[in-house]
Amino acid sequence: MAWVLFIALAVVTLGGGLAVVATRNVVHAALALLVSLVAVAGVYLLVYAEFLALVQVLIYGGAIVIVLVFAIMLTRSAEYPRTSDNRQWPLAAVAALGLLAVLVPAFLINAVQDTEAKNAAFTGIAQSLFTTWAVPFEIASLVLLVALIGAIIIARSGPGEN
Amino acid sequence: MLISWADLGWILLSLFIMFNALSVVVLSLTWLERKALGRLQRRLGPTRSGPMGLLQPVADGIKLIIKEDIIPSSSEKAIFWGAPLIVMLSAFMIWVTIPGAQDAVIKNLDLGLFYIIAFSVIGILGLVLAGWGSANKYGTLGGLRAAAQLVSYEIPIIMVAVSVAMLAQSLDMREIVAQQSSYPFVLVQPLGLVVFFIAGLAEVGRTPFDIYFAESEIVGGPFVEYSGAHWSLFFLAEYINTFAIAALTVLLFFGGWQFPGVELAGYLAVIWFLFKVYLVILVIVWIRGTFPRLRIDQLMAFAWKVAVPLSFLTVVMTAIYQFYGWPAWSLTLMSLAGLVWVGYAIYRRMAGPASRVAQTKKRIQARQEELMAARRNRAERTRRG
Repeated sequence: MAWVLFIALAVVTLGGGLAVVATRNVVHAALALLVSLVAVAGVYLLVYAEFLALVQVLIYGGAIVIVLVFAIMLTRSAEYPRTSDNRQWPLAAVAALGLLAVLVPAFLINAVQDTEAKNAAFTGIAQSLFTTWAVPFEIASLVLLVALIGAIIIARSGPGEN
Repeated sequence: MLISWADLGWILLSLFIMFNALSVVVLSLTWLERKALGRLQRRLGPTRSGPMGLLQPVADGIKLIIKEDIIPSSSEKAIFWGAPLIVMLSAFMIWVTIPGAQDAVIKNLDLGLFYIIAFSVIGILGLVLAGWGSANKYGTLGGLRAAAQLVSYEIPIIMVAVSVAMLAQSLDMREIVAQQSSYPFVLVQPLGLVVFFIAGLAEVGRTPFDIYFAESEIVGGPFVEYSGAHWSLFFLAEYINTFAIAALTVLLFFGGWQFPGVELAGYLAVIWFLFKVYLVILVIVWIRGTFPRLRIDQLMAFAWKVAVPLSFLTVVMTAIYQFYGWPAWSLTLMSLAGLVWVGYAIYRRMAGPASRVAQTKKRIQARQEELMAARRNRAERTRRG
């Protein structure tokens, strides 16, 4: 049963991912991304990571896709149905393959244990996040802050223009 | 096997019951809203269909269903069809874990509050897509407004929910209610209630915040091209979300189904809970009948300059109170002080600087004296013939 569900979710995830790069309409691509990301949340549920699944739905399914669609609607209002192709795709392919080359050995080395009864409690995650891993956690938020400030600086008009 | 067939059947049955119960709630809400709004405006509201107009929502429903469902030829068909479904789905999904009483819940989750927040965000996407998919400039404008407004007001809601979860030491909705057995959280965190309620109104687009479908500006926003059954899906979702915000306000701040001093059981608890929720709904209708619509810039300024900082303030206050283990009334004092300060700041802002207030007062007085003098003169003239 779990295997059947996993394969169904994997097909939806990969299909959504393929649709993101294959479709010519940018809004359709954003929607396909939503489907793919929500299916990943389903995979998290399958391994009893409820908290992670909800975070996935809230952050990726909700906030990020909404902001994406918002940005698309604001910036390309005259040319929605255009193709979203550009010359950076070889670079993207190299990056994706590199990630794959890191992830596959990582999974092969750390054999995934049976997670059947490992219902990781929410409080346990909070405990380790704010004690053992407090510094990396804070650094992650610092990275976000830097990105935020960078966005403001880029968006602000320079001294020459008004 | 993750779940058995019996469980599956049970889940489907309870979803079916939930769907019907919520539909009945929506019917009652439309009637209540029209009736209460009518009274607030010195009208009678619906009176013709059925006793006290009680059958009016049924008549409205039949009208909506048999109305022609127009799909604009230039729209994106799939997105135009799918958008109302996304909005509906998110509206219904959060009800899976909102309890009406200790056992009146489909599936109580440990992360209930977080689940509710996560799935209510998905509905925003439906509105944005509806606006874009209908290929209408008012629709697109409404969709953009919806995205900006709803994403902004999501933050204060989440932060206040965090402070309530800190008070209750749990995200489980039943546990949050159980923690309020001695006193409801409104008594310790009134500032949180005010921020949550205002942000909640904005989140469901109730009247002072109905900017993304403002009829007089953008003729219905994302819904402008929708008609018939499709439009009624949006309508249904809006009322279910209003009901959800009222229910969450009661659950998080007014002790849910708990009656002071008495342990309510069974149906009595559900009825008491519904009574509280409908009281909150009446307040929402009252607000709709009282305040004019904000402008979009005022709305966004309020979200980022007032609601978001205040919601963070509630979290900081709750954290200080819990870390030092102070008595409960200390948090009440902190929260009330914040509330009074904000109220005063807003009052000052609206009244303008003191010099202008004095000036306006003087002008009003002068004008009144002028009027009085004119009236005296007129009376004099009449007397003389």
